[in-house]
Parts: sequence; structure tokens; C-alpha cells
Amino acid sequence: MLFLRFEKLMIKTSLTRAFKLSLPVLTGYWFLGITYGVLAESMGFSYWYPLSMAVFIFSGSAEFLGLGMLAANFNPLAAASMALVVGARHLFYGVSMLDRYKGMGWRKPFLIFWLTDETFAVNYNAREASATEMLLVSFLDYFYWITGGFMGYMFGSLLKFDIHGLEFVVTAMFTAIFMDQFLKEKELRPAWIGIGCTAVSLFVVGSQYFVIPAMIGILLMLTAFRKKLEPSYFEEVRK
Amino acid sequence: MTSQQQIITIVILAVITFMTRALPFLVFPAGKPTPKYIQYLGKALPLAVFGMLVVYCLKDVQWLEGMHGIPEVVGILACVIMHVWRRQLFLSMAVSTAVYMILIRVMV
Repeated sequence: MLFLRFEKLMIKTSLTRAFKLSLPVLTGYWFLGITYGVLAESMGFSYWYPLSMAVFIFSGSAEFLGLGMLAANFNPLAAASMALVVGARHLFYGVSMLDRYKGMGWRKPFLIFWLTDETFAVNYNAREASATEMLLVSFLDYFYWITGGFMGYMFGSLLKFDIHGLEFVVTAMFTAIFMDQFLKEKELRPAWIGIGCTAVSLFVVGSQYFVIPAMIGILLMLTAFRKKLEPSYFEEVRK
Repeated sequence: MTSQQQIITIVILAVITFMTRALPFLVFPAGKPTPKYIQYLGKALPLAVFGMLVVYCLKDVQWLEGMHGIPEVVGILACVIMHVWRRQLFLSMAVSTAVYMILIRVMV
């Protein structure tokens, strides 16, 4: 009995902490989710389409593009290559989370399925978060995205107040988390590599296909500077 | 598109998106020692990835027309300054989003 009560209390405090951690995502996902629902409704889709994409894909960028694909001619190859291009950045999140998501047991498939840009950012940044907390953050983000889409689809046309520009919360969240990491970290050169490669790639390749060239650039630079950068990380591990 | 084709399209998107998320964990399972190089990437990548995400958010900015990206750049600077000053995630986000929303209304 006592153990059960203790367990309940643990989940309660974990949920409170996870909720606090996930709050920055709440605003962003509700805003983007509403936009997504409004768009789906305006394109004349039945609610099942945006909902099943939100439930089974759970990737904002793929879903927005997905709406366009569902409205166009059937092209499975284009769908596959688009999903690959848009999803490639997840590879970096996975590599970064290999260590953190170790020993997660039954939670692991969920943590992997729910690994979006925002969830990665929040969970990576919360270094003291427990396994349960990271799982709850991931779940809450999923919940926000689905409810956002629902609200947009159902009530989007009733929206009266002017929320234009609120989408900047997503940029603001990534910038704030970037700064959080930047101020914690001793070795700052990867930050400049990430910004530099992405900016150059965006400028050269254009906004549609710049992510993969940027990722390749980052990998090459980090590999080239490995000897210089590596010691600072493994000192941290020894400590 | 028939509804069957639409379902296939959604399944393709879902499977490939999940694969991009799962691949690192499948290639480097927790039971086996992760290669040193991948361990190094796991440490060095995050900061680079956060930098990438910030730039990624600017992908649709029209630098040569309209507001020339001034609201975005000022918003990001506000976020950086707030974060260096107070180090509170929420405060940095709220202030910079407010700055951005005011700027796009004032500059029109």
C-alpha cells in the first residue's frame, strides 16, 4: 500500500515537472497545430486525414507537405523521398540521444517515435530529467500537437483575435534553448559550425533542400576538427 | 487519388519518418559499446544542431523584400540578450515573441 502510494506520488511529481518542462512546446504546438488544422479544413479534407497523420506521422513539416500530397496525384516515390529529406535531421537527434535514452526499456520505442525537434530540444536540455519525465514530456508534446490540430480543424474559422506572428515562439524556443546550451558548454566551436554550415547551405542551395547539405557540412567539419574538439568532451566524462 | 492511395501515402510518410528517428538506435544498440567516433558526435552534435535549428527557422525570411528580416533578427537578438541576462527560458521566449509581434505590426 505504502509503496503504491509512493509510486503514485512519484508519477504526480514527475507529471508536474514534465508539464513545466513541456510548457514552451505547448504554445508552439498549439499555434502550429491550429494552423495545420485550419489548413486541412480549408483544403476540404475530412477530419480523419489530418488526425491520422498527426497520430501516425507526428512530424509537423512532413504533415504540412503531406496535405499537399494527398490533394495531388498519387506518387509514392515522391512521398518517400520527401519524407526522407524532411526527416533526415532526426538522425542527428538520435545520435545525440543515444546515451540519454539508454536503458529505457519499454519506454524506448515511444521516446523514439515521439522524438520531434521540440521534444529533442527540451529533453536534451533537461539534463537532470528522469526516464519517466522524458517520456511524459514526449507524450505531452504529442498530446499538444494532436489537440492543436483538432482545435484548428473544428474551431479555426471562429478564431477572432489576431495571433499573426505567434509562430515566432518556435524560433524563440530554439534560440533560448540554443543559448541555454551555449552558456553551459565549454566547447563552443560546434555552435559556430552548425550556424555557419546551415547559413551557407541555405544561401547556396535555397530553402527547399538545404538541410541535408547543411548536415553533411556539419559532419565533415566536426570530423575534420575531431582532434581539436574531442579532448574537451572526454575530460567531462572522466569527471 | 483514391482513399486507398491516400492511406498508402500516409503509411509511407509514417514509416519513413519513424525510420529516420529509429535508425541511430538500431545501428548503435544500447547493449553494444558505441564506437568512439559516434560517442564524440553525440557530444559535439547537439550544439551544432541547435545552431542549425535556429537558422532553419529563418528559411522563409525574405531578406531583400518587405521587412528584410528585421523583425526576425531583432526578435532573435532580444531572445539572446534576455537569456544572457536572466536565463529563464520562458521569459526569453515571451519577450522576444512580443518584440517580434509588435515589430511586424509597426513596420507595415
